[in-house]
Amino acid sequence: MSASTTPSLRLRGSRRSILADRAATVSLWGTGAFVLLLLGSIIVHFGIAAWGVVSPSFVFGDPSDSALGGILPVLWNSIYMLGLTMLIAVPVGILGGIYMSEYAGDNMLTGMIRFAEEAISSVPSIVVGLFGLILFVDNFHMGFTALGGALALTMFNLPLMTRLSEQALRAVPQEERSASLALGATKWQTIRHVVVPLAIPGLVTSIILTAGRVFGEAAVLLFTSGLATPGHYNFANFNLGDPASPWSPLRPATTLSVYIYKLQSEGLGAYVNQVVDGSAAILISMVLAFNLGARLVGRILTRRLTAA
Amino acid sequence: MSTGDEMPAIATYREPEAVIRRVEVTAPLGAAEPSAKAFETKIATEHVSIRYGDKVAVKDVSLQIRERSIMALIGPSGSGKSTFLRCFNRMNDLIPGAKVEGRVCLDGENVTDPDVSVVELRRRVGMVFQRPNPFPMSIYENVAYGPRRRGMNGRRQLDELVETSLRRAALWDEVKDDLRRKSGLALSGGQQQRLCIARVLATEPEVILMDEPASALDPVSTLRIEELMRELREAYTIVIVTHNMQQAARVSDVTAFFTMAEDRAGYLVEVGPTGRIFTRPSERLTEDYISGRFG
Repeated sequence: MSASTTPSLRLRGSRRSILADRAATVSLWGTGAFVLLLLGSIIVHFGIAAWGVVSPSFVFGDPSDSALGGILPVLWNSIYMLGLTMLIAVPVGILGGIYMSEYAGDNMLTGMIRFAEEAISSVPSIVVGLFGLILFVDNFHMGFTALGGALALTMFNLPLMTRLSEQALRAVPQEERSASLALGATKWQTIRHVVVPLAIPGLVTSIILTAGRVFGEAAVLLFTSGLATPGHYNFANFNLGDPASPWSPLRPATTLSVYIYKLQSEGLGAYVNQVVDGSAAILISMVLAFNLGARLVGRILTRRLTAA
Repeated sequence: MSTGDEMPAIATYREPEAVIRRVEVTAPLGAAEPSAKAFETKIATEHVSIRYGDKVAVKDVSLQIRERSIMALIGPSGSGKSTFLRCFNRMNDLIPGAKVEGRVCLDGENVTDPDVSVVELRRRVGMVFQRPNPFPMSIYENVAYGPRRRGMNGRRQLDELVETSLRRAALWDEVKDDLRRKSGLALSGGQQQRLCIARVLATEPEVILMDEPASALDPVSTLRIEELMRELREAYTIVIVTHNMQQAARVSDVTAFFTMAEDRAGYLVEVGPTGRIFTRPSERLTEDYISGRFG
């Protein structure tokens, strides 16, 4: 250390800030690693547990096919229920989000709507299920049906979907709207051609989060779409009025997660644990696949709509 | 013909001769037009006041803007220049609580009238913003945005309009090879601003409002925008808000000086030919401002 007049580049006085900086780096990195570890261990656990269980005959077979059985009917019901719920929740949620973000403004009414949205999203799902039971199953005399389940799920998810869509749309910078309006576009044209296309990544996230809840939800569906394990579906039966048709919304429809709950809590038999592990592995892969798929679609849509 | 070529690279308002000479150079340009047309008033405001809730932002401004001329609005921050500019295309409508009193006439028609279609108005009165704000779309789609929204769909028609607009905005040669592939956001700041000008030109406006169009740009890009403005002046009426007095001196025909009163309401101090405002202002306030003593 010969240079005593020129300041050295080696830091001396700021030991504390360097320490704090390192501590922050380490703890933030550690938190991230922990989350990844958690996700990884779930996947690895069920991957190992399901090894030897999951096979084409398990995924595409009926429960009564063999001693182990298959899960096709409940897997189908999960996908069917997801489709039916999203069919209602996505358009209504996005239109509601557009209304809340672009038209409603900030006043007492919208404040109350936002409060209600957040409140309903945090109601325990078993309560929503109970409400569905009273409303759809009993009052409307629908019995346990896929439609009743989907409506209960919509009730549960629509507020979240609307709230997240609103946030995604609000995140589009105001100057994009000004630019469009200043060019003589109408408000709707601005929403349709600028705001919504730019909000697509956020809207896709809101769809993914909602869909994940639909896929994993058991409590809401226990009381609304029922617990009956279907034996076999004839996919060639397109008669929507026939409760035996897998395409009919007016039939009981046990989903994969309800099936897991049922087997785990009351299933008896030699292979119950294997079926549960296998079903859980399939459920996880479906959620992951949906996630990745939705992101891919979102990216393609963004490219198509913004042409950039 | 183009004054852009003759314009000194850097003219300052401290050299009154230069400014006066420039004004003399540009004067015959106007005279070369059919004289009856050249001096027609394009925009006239009569006792315009603008309020945000209780706050008066602009107080009692009356002025006239000649067709095919460039009017510069100068003045310190908060003097209401931008707010005033935005009443020409009713962009103030977007601000909750904003209220415009008085008359703002475009070709004699009061645009503040509730019956006026803002969509139609904004097609005739285009706007370029302070920060270049191309849409995150291809260059082509940026320029075609306005025409498409009013229902132009023909491929040939659009291609032609996009090309003319980009040529007029002096951007065509730089972007013609990847019009559809390159995003508007992939351009440099100066190019982005010229793209925004092209986007406005494609809606075929009569008036172009520019709200500090060069304040986010480097000096070279700034000069290109100014050159472009001088060229556009031959076909369009331009109103520019600027903080840069040299810019106002270089580019405008008429300058309006705004400042704010004790109650912070902006008002018009004086308006006149740019050469005179920068050399022999009639108001002490103007003189103090342009000589840098305040503002």
